[in-house]
Amino acid sequence: MNETFKACRVQCRVIAALLMREVITRYGRHNIGFMWLFAEPMLFTLGVTALWSLIGTVHDSALPIVAFAVTGYSSVLLWRNMPAKLVCSIEPNLALMYHRNVKIIDIFLSRLLLEAAGATISFIVLSVIWIALGMMKLPQDVLKVLLGWFMLAWFGSALAIFLGALSGRSELVDKFWHPASYILFPLSGAAYMVDWLPKSAQEAVLWLPMVHGVELLRDGYFGSAVKTHYDVPYMAVCCLILTVLGLSQVRVVSRLVTPE
Amino acid sequence: MRGGPHTVLDNLSFTIQRGDKIGVLGRNGAGKSTLIRILSGAEQPTSGTIQRGMSLSWPLAFGGAFQGSLTGLDNLKFICRIYGVPYEDKISYVQDFSELGKYLREPVKTYSSGMRARLAFAISMAIEFDCFLIDEIISVGDVRFHAKCQHELFELRRDRGFIIVSHEAHNIREHCTKACVLHKGKLHEFADIDAAYSFYQEATA
Repeated sequence: MNETFKACRVQCRVIAALLMREVITRYGRHNIGFMWLFAEPMLFTLGVTALWSLIGTVHDSALPIVAFAVTGYSSVLLWRNMPAKLVCSIEPNLALMYHRNVKIIDIFLSRLLLEAAGATISFIVLSVIWIALGMMKLPQDVLKVLLGWFMLAWFGSALAIFLGALSGRSELVDKFWHPASYILFPLSGAAYMVDWLPKSAQEAVLWLPMVHGVELLRDGYFGSAVKTHYDVPYMAVCCLILTVLGLSQVRVVSRLVTPE
Repeated sequence: MRGGPHTVLDNLSFTIQRGDKIGVLGRNGAGKSTLIRILSGAEQPTSGTIQRGMSLSWPLAFGGAFQGSLTGLDNLKFICRIYGVPYEDKISYVQDFSELGKYLREPVKTYSSGMRARLAFAISMAIEFDCFLIDEIISVGDVRFHAKCQHELFELRRDRGFIIVSHEAHNIREHCTKACVLHKGKLHEFADIDAAYSFYQEATA
């Protein structure tokens, strides 16, 4: 037990060191520095909000467009940025793995923590600003919102670890993920509510785990104003399978990697 | 590899005691760097285990261990954090030892290979490992730097162990108590440096 604690402490230390190094490398010490971590997702979300408001709600629903955009696009940012950052992240970090304590899983976890922090802070700050300005109402059920956010973060992390580990073995993963992530964005539930789709389309789209997460989040936010379709156990099982696959692939790729 | 699997190290097994000073000889491509990397944990063996009862440095070699876009000082902080050692009191030591001057605050990618090697040396001394793994960089630096290395590594830290890979005979003769030769995937240990050298010369003739 003692050994596990010691190992845990070492790993936390390494992840913290990698996190700080990642922040300095990515954001530098110039202008607003690490605040870009959440400023960038905020800019994206604001842009999408403006775009969707200008286009006018495609579906004549009573849902306020700002809240719709913030809940939808922040969710996509959360689960989509994680794989993007982990795929092909092993090679640029090869020099660091010269140090015994730095392992691939540490590099992955530090990047995931950073992405999660950025997306979460952006979501919270934007919500607070819009709520203060009166353009958004307070969420009806904060716990559901939190659960939805957590499930989306879990999904994004598990997918990211799986794809990141695979990308260490083959460059094809990167080539396939780029188009796949573009196609998944409109399908992922950010821009629509499942209820708006015809029945057969509903069943099809509910095969995608992240749709459940977004629906759960919106159920928590809009509450009685919308009809939502989601299945938390289904999403949990998908996340679990992805997690197991991902972690096992990390073990495989750790043996194959030679530091520079 | 293209021609099929290539065995670099074939069923090696040995023990290193605290304070052992070992030189490793071998032809180019014999597997000396691979051995050092596996010992340090930077690379995983295909099979087998390594038990470490003392702290080992990372392989001190040309290349590796640093992030080029960060400054020397940032790399020092990062490496200290990884090994759980406070860095504040190490900064002046590293600056003196490596003789980098104002380059310490410049990105490592602007360094020459000699500067990188000196920085790596300086940081590993600051972290005070029990055993240093030195892969061919001991000859780096000018006469003054060699004198510093002599003093810091071989005198002040003479109770520590090290494993040196070097082609320079005098380095191994002067500092090591034992020598090994890596030949055809096997490790041959010798208690006498001259015996090791004659075996090395015969085997590679």
